Amino acid sequence: MTIDAHPALPEFEYVQPPTLSEASGFLASHSAEARPFLGGTDVLVRMRDGFLTPKFLVDVKKLDGTSSLRFDPQAGLTVGAGVNMNRVIAAPEVRAHYPLLAEACQSVASYQLRNRATIVGNICNASPAGDTIGACLVLNGVLHIHGVDGSREEPLATFFLGPGRTTLRAGDVVTAIHLPLPPKGCAGRYLKLGRNKLSDLSIVAVTALGYPDPDLISRYRFRLALASVAPVPLIPAQAEAYLANQSITPDSIHEAAHLAAEACTPIDDVRGGARYRKAMVRNLSAKALNEIWERLR
Amino acid sequence: MAFHKVNVTINGEREQVLVPSNMTLMRMLRESVALTGTKNGCSAGECGACTVLLNGEPVNSCMVLAVECEGAEITTVEGLAGENQLHPIQEALIREGGVQCGFCTPGILISAHALLQRSPNPSDDEIREALVGNLCRCTGYVRIIESVKEAARRR
Repeated sequence: MTIDAHPALPEFEYVQPPTLSEASGFLASHSAEARPFLGGTDVLVRMRDGFLTPKFLVDVKKLDGTSSLRFDPQAGLTVGAGVNMNRVIAAPEVRAHYPLLAEACQSVASYQLRNRATIVGNICNASPAGDTIGACLVLNGVLHIHGVDGSREEPLATFFLGPGRTTLRAGDVVTAIHLPLPPKGCAGRYLKLGRNKLSDLSIVAVTALGYPDPDLISRYRFRLALASVAPVPLIPAQAEAYLANQSITPDSIHEAAHLAAEACTPIDDVRGGARYRKAMVRNLSAKALNEIWERLR
Repeated sequence: MAFHKVNVTINGEREQVLVPSNMTLMRMLRESVALTGTKNGCSAGECGACTVLLNGEPVNSCMVLAVECEGAEITTVEGLAGENQLHPIQEALIREGGVQCGFCTPGILISAHALLQRSPNPSDDEIREALVGNLCRCTGYVRIIESVKEAARRR
């Protein structure tokens, strides 16, 4: 008997439609058996392991505009679905205006993998652990989607329904993620706890963003997004609201971190236990908020 | 399953290869072109033993479909050395003892070569970061990192 530790990919057809409309049409008419294909860093592994068995992979990364990264000083940043993470990290506009996004991308796997992995792919996989999702959430990301009825925009905040489940319908192709210009004077931080220092999936991760907002009692707005602690990437709204209505002190940051941990509903799995995850969300939230507060004040 | 004709340049040589949809670049290199320097370690984008340059940038060739490589330029470990001259990173790895069993070495060489191209004098942290996707179970990495520094000095 021979044991094949690395079975080949199962059989499928590779399809490269020439236009977005044809891609949507093909995906809609083969809804149960076709998947859009970007960098493949997730879908190929899951196919090889037998968790996914699509008949068709529909390559959408070279279609109309999906391979461009555009920045407009008024409108903000639009990252095409086919733009790999190393390109995002290296882009001067990203470094200047969206360092939080670069920091999140930098934490993904390895340099080789980031030459293939894409932010839109990370979002569409809808893993609660997705490293780049938190930055896109706190920066108010909006997805550009092409479907059978044409194009539409959808806020990222309401996109996730569960692990691997999103509001996408048959025939939908996400063509880009748009991030509006970040608030003036903002500071952000992505803190990821993995089983090793570099390259692992997160046990938990915290994305935080803070910026001056004179309309608030605290005069500062803080945004938080938590990874790997709920069925979807989680925004702890109570913690955010609490900080908006307090003066920012070590005590109020401590309480907000506690509220963030209370918002989590983590599971026990191979990467960590639920209790540990909650405790680490509290610690990392406090650390991220304190670091940002030091930079803002 | 459909077969696709793929035109690629591998280590400077033009090739036309007939590949099925489900063939990865790694398998194409090893099985269709018989360049077995590229190793199959994990087939999951984790270990880096299959790292090659795709249009000048390192990728896990187990995570790329061969059919996606139409018109691409690929450099494998076989393409690093000159006619009668090893590549400086190859020489450094030999001299500094950065090779033990050798299975990870092709991927290490490609990743290190790509690093030195984008950053000719990398810091220790840069080297570690650049090689995080290349697992080695023999050396403990110290000598590999020393090798990259040595190659950078001699370039």
